[in-house]
Amino acid sequence: MVAESVHKPRSLTNTLSDVLYRRKGVMMAMLLGPPLLWFGVIYLGSLLSLLTNSFYRLDDFTGQVVKEVGLGNFVALFEPANLDVAWRTVSMALAVTVASAMLALPIAYYMARYARGPRKALLYVAVMLPLWSSYLVRLYAWKLLLAKEGAISWAMQKLHLQWLLDALLASPWVGGNSLSFSPMGTFIVFVYMWLPFMILPIQAAIERIPGSYIEASADLGASPSRTFKSVVLPLAMPGIAAGSIFTFSLTLGDYIIPQVIGNSTLYIGQVVYRQQGVAGNLPFAAAFSLVPIVVIAVYLWFAKRKGAFDVI
Amino acid sequence: MLFEALTKGNIGRLGASLPLKLATWGVVLFLHIPLALIVLYAFSSEDKSYIFPPPGLTTQWFAVALEREDVWDAMKMSARVAVYATGIALVLGTLAAGALARTQFFGREAVNLLLILPIALPGVVTGIALRSAYHTLEIPFSFWTIVIGHATFCVVVVYNNAVARLRRISPSLLEASMDLGANTFQTFRYVVLPQLGSALLAGGLLAFALSFDEVIVTTFTAGQQTTLPIWMLQELIRPRQRPVTNVVAVFIIALTFIPILTAYWLTRSDENSQNR
Repeated sequence: MVAESVHKPRSLTNTLSDVLYRRKGVMMAMLLGPPLLWFGVIYLGSLLSLLTNSFYRLDDFTGQVVKEVGLGNFVALFEPANLDVAWRTVSMALAVTVASAMLALPIAYYMARYARGPRKALLYVAVMLPLWSSYLVRLYAWKLLLAKEGAISWAMQKLHLQWLLDALLASPWVGGNSLSFSPMGTFIVFVYMWLPFMILPIQAAIERIPGSYIEASADLGASPSRTFKSVVLPLAMPGIAAGSIFTFSLTLGDYIIPQVIGNSTLYIGQVVYRQQGVAGNLPFAAAFSLVPIVVIAVYLWFAKRKGAFDVI
Repeated sequence: MLFEALTKGNIGRLGASLPLKLATWGVVLFLHIPLALIVLYAFSSEDKSYIFPPPGLTTQWFAVALEREDVWDAMKMSARVAVYATGIALVLGTLAAGALARTQFFGREAVNLLLILPIALPGVVTGIALRSAYHTLEIPFSFWTIVIGHATFCVVVVYNNAVARLRRISPSLLEASMDLGANTFQTFRYVVLPQLGSALLAGGLLAFALSFDEVIVTTFTAGQQTTLPIWMLQELIRPRQRPVTNVVAVFIIALTFIPILTAYWLTRSDENSQNR
């Protein structure tokens, strides 16, 4: 190599190649530079401008943004109506997370421990397809399903369970005119939408539990429910925590599902969207959008302690 | 707890119990019945309501939908946005994967987090952040403001696929290539790229599907531009011609299933090696 380079003039690419090989720093800078520039400037820059905007205020008379720093927006966040919105959104996110985890555990356990070969691949594809396929189309499907004249009402009638549906719809807090105009409907659709995000990490976590642990637990005389409580659940926890980051964060930030399915009560995302759109109050929308960021930050800190980042 | 009842007598046994099987396939049905229903409704002869079961079946709405200019325009707009966003994501995601796959350095975790952040934070946050940045810099909404938003959250998809594959390429292959006299670029071209290719194709397909379907960030970064999801959203809020919406929904299912299944097929060995 050395002898060759004495006789032959080095081409530019070879020189460059040598520099890249000898100086890992230069290589690193060239690889990392463009993505860091994009994310640093565009993404972090945008988040920074969001933060700055949240301190500005809207002039009520001119409808123009006044670039004066103040805490007015943050004070307004604590008005009862806004607290109500934040509280409703966070409790919905928690309910959706718990329900998704309960639905996801059995199928994740089955996928990880029992399904083999083609059946495993089939289950994996069956979970992954809805995850990646169109969000709006799936939402539209639920509009069809939950409509008053739709498939669920029809099935309930055929099963002579109409009274049950009516009772559910008549109940306070969750009921409404029909399933597609009730908080219950919103809840069902949220669970449906984010369920795959919960199944896959739990499946990955359970897959990592050595079969011998479970046998050992049984050998030591633990009942199946004890084995589940003391062995499977703690070891599946990182997966549950990882999945819950998605279900929680996606519910907090969604404004389209409650707009299409549900009564007209507002969620954080809808307030943000309306304030910046119809009302033209970008500063207040910016301040309100910091609420989910803070909630998520607290949640991530909690999830990290549960080991969620090891399975993502 | 529900799960406890389902796994009773199950843990440590060779076959799954009936309740566990039922719960599993019940969830699969829950995930897929809505999609099947969409296909059924596309053939419904009813055009005023969502009545179930459909009173009659017809294929006439496919012809009606195919002649709708607004549907075609929205589809073309979405495809163009997705092509550019995927292109940017492929470049940035591959570079980031190359930098982070086998290295340890101070701040590595921070860079990793930065790449994941656009999909980890709620969509409205990414949307309104971009919106406020455009507002501050007085950039008018255009085709490109949508592309920038989409590219930002598509990078992580390409990155994840590329990193998984790069970690499987043996370093001794690279050393062998260098020992045989290839320079860095030749090694990349003839050793790394052939192995990385299908992972990049898979990442690109998923990024395309993600962008083609995205609506939340798009509503904050689009002006007059109507992408297919925005068209769909308008129909969801104010239905104009329900049968056309049904048919478009079927088109979208078909259009997104193809790249997703292809991507799965291309990376299934990466998945298996991760699970072991």
